[in-house]
Amino acid sequence: MDVIRYLAEDGSLLADPPVGTDRARDLFAAMIVARTYDRKASALQRQGRLATYAQFEGQEAAQIGSAAALRADDWMVGTYRDAAAMWHQGYGWEQLFLGRMGDERGGSPPEGVNVLPPSITVGAHMIHAVGLSWAERLMGSDRIALTYFGDGATSEGDFHEAMNFAAVFSTPTVFLCQNNGWAISMSRADQTRSETIAVKAVAYGMPGVLVDGNDALAMLAVTTEAVERARSGGGPTLIEALTYRVGPHTTADDAGRYRADDEVDAWRTRDPIDRLRAYLQQTGEWSEAWESDLEVDASAEIEAAVAAAEDLAAFEPDGHLGRAFAEPTRPLADQRRFVPGDDHA
Amino acid sequence: MPEMTMAQALNDALDLALADERVVVIGEDVGTTGGVFRVTDGLAARHGSDRVIDTPVAESGIVGAAFGMAVAGLRPVAEIQFLGFAYPAFDQIVSHVGRIRNRSNHRFSAPMVIRIPYGGGIGAAEHHSESNEAIFVHTPGVKVVVPATPRDAKGLLLAAIDDPDPVVFLEPIRVYRALKQDVPEGRYTVPIGVAAVVREGTDVTIVSYGAVLRDARRAAELLGAEGVSAEVIDLRTLSPLDADTVLDSARKTGRVVVAVEGHRTLSVASEVAALVQERALYSLLAPVERVTGFDTVVPLKRTEHHYIPSPDRIAAAARQTLEA
Ligand SMILES: Cc1ncc(C[n+]2csc(CCOP(=O)(O)OP(=O)(O)O)c2C)c(N)n1
Repeated sequence: MDVIRYLAEDGSLLADPPVGTDRARDLFAAMIVARTYDRKASALQRQGRLATYAQFEGQEAAQIGSAAALRADDWMVGTYRDAAAMWHQGYGWEQLFLGRMGDERGGSPPEGVNVLPPSITVGAHMIHAVGLSWAERLMGSDRIALTYFGDGATSEGDFHEAMNFAAVFSTPTVFLCQNNGWAISMSRADQTRSETIAVKAVAYGMPGVLVDGNDALAMLAVTTEAVERARSGGGPTLIEALTYRVGPHTTADDAGRYRADDEVDAWRTRDPIDRLRAYLQQTGEWSEAWESDLEVDASAEIEAAVAAAEDLAAFEPDGHLGRAFAEPTRPLADQRRFVPGDDHA
Repeated sequence: MPEMTMAQALNDALDLALADERVVVIGEDVGTTGGVFRVTDGLAARHGSDRVIDTPVAESGIVGAAFGMAVAGLRPVAEIQFLGFAYPAFDQIVSHVGRIRNRSNHRFSAPMVIRIPYGGGIGAAEHHSESNEAIFVHTPGVKVVVPATPRDAKGLLLAAIDDPDPVVFLEPIRVYRALKQDVPEGRYTVPIGVAAVVREGTDVTIVSYGAVLRDARRAAELLGAEGVSAEVIDLRTLSPLDADTVLDSARKTGRVVVAVEGHRTLSVASEVAALVQERALYSLLAPVERVTGFDTVVPLKRTEHHYIPSPDRIAAAARQTLEA
């Protein structure tokens, strides 16, 4: 299986570009915002203002490029590492920070944004995307669902149930594996004996695509094709994006224990933002002033989100009792009297 | 009113529910075959195989896909063939179905029903007689409903489908065809979370549900012949539990026996006993008795009658409370 790629590592074109330079500039701008968030979140974690955080630096093209192929009302079901894609689909930075600050209000994107809160368990959420997109088809809508997961998640049983259901029922689902080389300390080579993840699609009877995940144009092109196939009744697609997380698995992980520095250095030279910048430079669409404007705006946007999330007043002590069901059940109502510091008894 | 078995009453409920375009039935063999217990018999022919969906053998897939459907706006009714095969789907139930409302702070919910035949008494193969309802009761965010009669089965299932939250709906296999009852025609609901006093009495309260309810009633008859007046309560919903109905009866009779088929330790009987001692201790004339299955794998046909609470065991426990 060939790796689909539009941009060489030096940013030169390998094929006719799938989109115009305006779209390419939009992707670049979005990737700058995403990286600003990611670095801010890591810093906040070190200051103890966020709980454990899963960085995605290096995966911006895989996430932004693919998310850009969706319609605003499509479904997205991602993981703890997919904040960039979720934000692109309308899930606010404030909500994303809130979730990592340990506040359940981070789980609710605005009405109309059809993005599920990030799945912390790996694997189970892929089948949710199948159900969501299946329901849309049954209800006569042409919304599709895109689900993100890592290479490690493809070892979970639910990956197989999801792929099989999607193919058998021809659901409008796009499976997007960000193969970032590692599942915590487990290398891709030790995860599966399949030559690629994409080739697994063959066994289920759906198209499998291998794409350079650090090439934003390629990500947009292959995801657009998969989304259009799904939307027009052509069924699911499995996309494997070859990418890399340059950081540790999470802020609680020490990647130095299992990964060589020169591997990381080699991948840093394939940085997705650098690559798109080089392309835009070559087409005359980039300037230093433009990028520094983007950075200033991104900082302001992210700082505002942090402030809004930190300023939100905490829930009442018994706030969590009211979220289990549509209406608190009688046993839950009775349990209010045991909540410390609560005067509802 | 037509006479129906529980299986027929459930079929009738699903048939009525499917009039709502949002309702879909999904599971293994639910379509063409009508399910291993024929509860979905004829539904695919009447409503189409897009609405009554036969799936590959994949319990996590069934519940996970139904979850996605529910979040998107459908009202799926998923069927798992036996409780012993629900464990592959348990991760979906405990990690996703029961949590999405909390995780999303009410932005998303999963109004769905997971129907599962459960319990022993029919001499089935291994894994086919489990009575692990307590594991679902212990799962936040899901309701657990167990009908004991055809009439309740229909009304409770329709209520479960209407419910804005996910419901694990456990159908006692032993009762599916064991009795017929007049079942009202058309739509009606039996409220979730409300127990029923199915026999009034003054000396001892027997609390039960599902298939064991019939044994509890027989025990009450045995006791009646000895001049003991037993009140029998059908919990109908295990979560949220209707403590008030149980406590009112406990305060009236002063003696409580809880009879369940599940394993003894941390069973629904344990919870009822704890509630009674917590909130009705000073009305009690004797310790609460539990009549349960054992903390063992459910035995096969030849010994399963020793495992399932019998009317004799329930009556003996009641006598114990009277002697105390
Ligand atoms: C069901 C489940 N098992 C274990 C974990 C613990 N865990 C968190 S992330 C992870 C590795 C996942 O690797 P991969 O799918 O490649 O995604 P990545 O983190 O690399 O993006 C594991 C094992 C989990 N979250 N869920």
